[in-house]
Amino acid sequence: MSVEQISVFIENKEGRVKKAINTLAKSDINIRALSVADSTKYGILRLIVSDTERTIKALEDDGFLVKKNEVIIVKVPDEPNGLNSVLEILDQNKINVEYIYAFITHKVDQAVVVMRLEDMENGKKLLKSKNAELLTEEDIKNL
Amino acid sequence: MVWNKEAECMEKEEKENLQLKRLKNTIKKTYERVPFYRKKLDEAGVSVEDIKTLKDIEKLPFTEKSDLRSAYPFKTFAVPDDEIVEIHTSSGTTGKPTVSGYTKKDIDIWGEITARAIGMALGEKHDKIQNCYGYGLFTGGLGIHHGAHKFGATVIPISAGNTKKQIEILLDFQSTIISCTPSYALYLAESLENEGYGPEDISLKSGIFGAEMWTEEMRDELEKRLGITALNIYGLTEIIGPGVAQECPEKNGLHISDDHFYPEIINSETGEVLDYGEKGELVLTTLTREGSPVIRFRTKDITTLREEKCSCGRTLVRMDRITGRTDDMLKIRGVLIFPSQIEKALLKIDGISPNYQIIVSRPEYLDEVEVKVEASRELFSDEIKEMESVENKIASVIKKEIGLRVEVTLSEPGSLPRSEGKAIRVIDNRNFE
Repeated sequence: MSVEQISVFIENKEGRVKKAINTLAKSDINIRALSVADSTKYGILRLIVSDTERTIKALEDDGFLVKKNEVIIVKVPDEPNGLNSVLEILDQNKINVEYIYAFITHKVDQAVVVMRLEDMENGKKLLKSKNAELLTEEDIKNL
Repeated sequence: MVWNKEAECMEKEEKENLQLKRLKNTIKKTYERVPFYRKKLDEAGVSVEDIKTLKDIEKLPFTEKSDLRSAYPFKTFAVPDDEIVEIHTSSGTTGKPTVSGYTKKDIDIWGEITARAIGMALGEKHDKIQNCYGYGLFTGGLGIHHGAHKFGATVIPISAGNTKKQIEILLDFQSTIISCTPSYALYLAESLENEGYGPEDISLKSGIFGAEMWTEEMRDELEKRLGITALNIYGLTEIIGPGVAQECPEKNGLHISDDHFYPEIINSETGEVLDYGEKGELVLTTLTREGSPVIRFRTKDITTLREEKCSCGRTLVRMDRITGRTDDMLKIRGVLIFPSQIEKALLKIDGISPNYQIIVSRPEYLDEVEVKVEASRELFSDEIKEMESVENKIASVIKKEIGLRVEVTLSEPGSLPRSEGKAIRVIDNRNFE
């Protein structure tokens, strides 16, 4: 169960993040989760949205460089040690996390964690075997 | 086609006699009519009587751009104002522009040499030339325009800029030849692709590209993306404008119309004249100009002259593609670098557009070079470390070419300047004062 994530190249120039977000707003796209990775020279805006294909088109039409890739979204108990228990599973099996970010929603009383793993396939299998709850595209739409 | 067989395929001896006769005439007239040349020649202690062979041209002093600038605006003119019918100037990017005045005969010569250029670029009378060089004081637009008239082809005087209109004309008129800067041609190709068009939708067969330096790799790119034969044109306002030299489809150098312009190659540091096959600074003397004749003008362009007859049949002396300028040569930590070397390296990497910018700085005591390159879908990743490894890979390819480590920065597609005139590729922020 993986979900599509959109990455947007953001040059280190005034107003670029705002412009990207503005593009989404104009196209009536809802952002489910968002994070920014940055270096001293530029950033990468990562987004989980309500409609991936439409988002890519809107951003590309506005001149942004966009890429789609897969991430895993896991529900974790919204309590101390919640995230730790999930990471523990991966750690014990030596599956590296490339990056991770979290968000909370109103509809489930759990936190939701977005992860990109070095080995996506085995990571997914492993988490499922340990009964972790992975969200689907459909779940994301309903959040 | 060979536009003027008699002139373009002339035997060596006949040509040299013609050149010598014309050279003497030019020196005589400039001495008589242009005070600043008279002063220069008197100071050097030479007169027209000292010119007995072509080699004697070496006795004459050079003309620098600064000489022409100090004669601004009209002190270089060798004819009364009555006879001047057109004026052009250089861009003046490095100071006051230089001014060139043309008589009716000068315009006719200009048309003649650009007509030759059109012939070399596969031109036929029925061709439609989309001339996207700027019309105005810049020589690009009107130079090609005069040539197209002389040649008898149809010129579409669209001038520079307005890419939307350029594309509309390309599609609706089905232009067959295009003339512009190579970087603008690339931008047009990109814009066509963005609108969903490719070479099959247009009828271009050749491109006459000049006014800035470009590389063989860029030629491949233009030929592939526009479906054309991309050829190099050379010229400069101080001499006449575009058409001084042009490549034929053999692509082995640009044919200099040496019955009108006498070329030499010199060592730019010592001024010593070099042989055919040796690389150095191009020096040009006008042999037939009336309005603004120029003697031994130092072009600052670096090239090599070739004497052998071309397989196209022309005997005009050929010059290699310009590989640099004595004044945009960058000296980085003591190493000489030309922007064209960096361009060459970039074109070796898949997914890189040839739009780039070189920024030189000296943060402490050491020169630093940053090369900005536009990222593309192939180069973009959702992870910073991947992006950094792409930058490092590009830096290594550049290092192989120039021998220096540079800092590569990926920037957003379309964010680096594309030029309609001359692309600004180098920003030197070092302060040498």
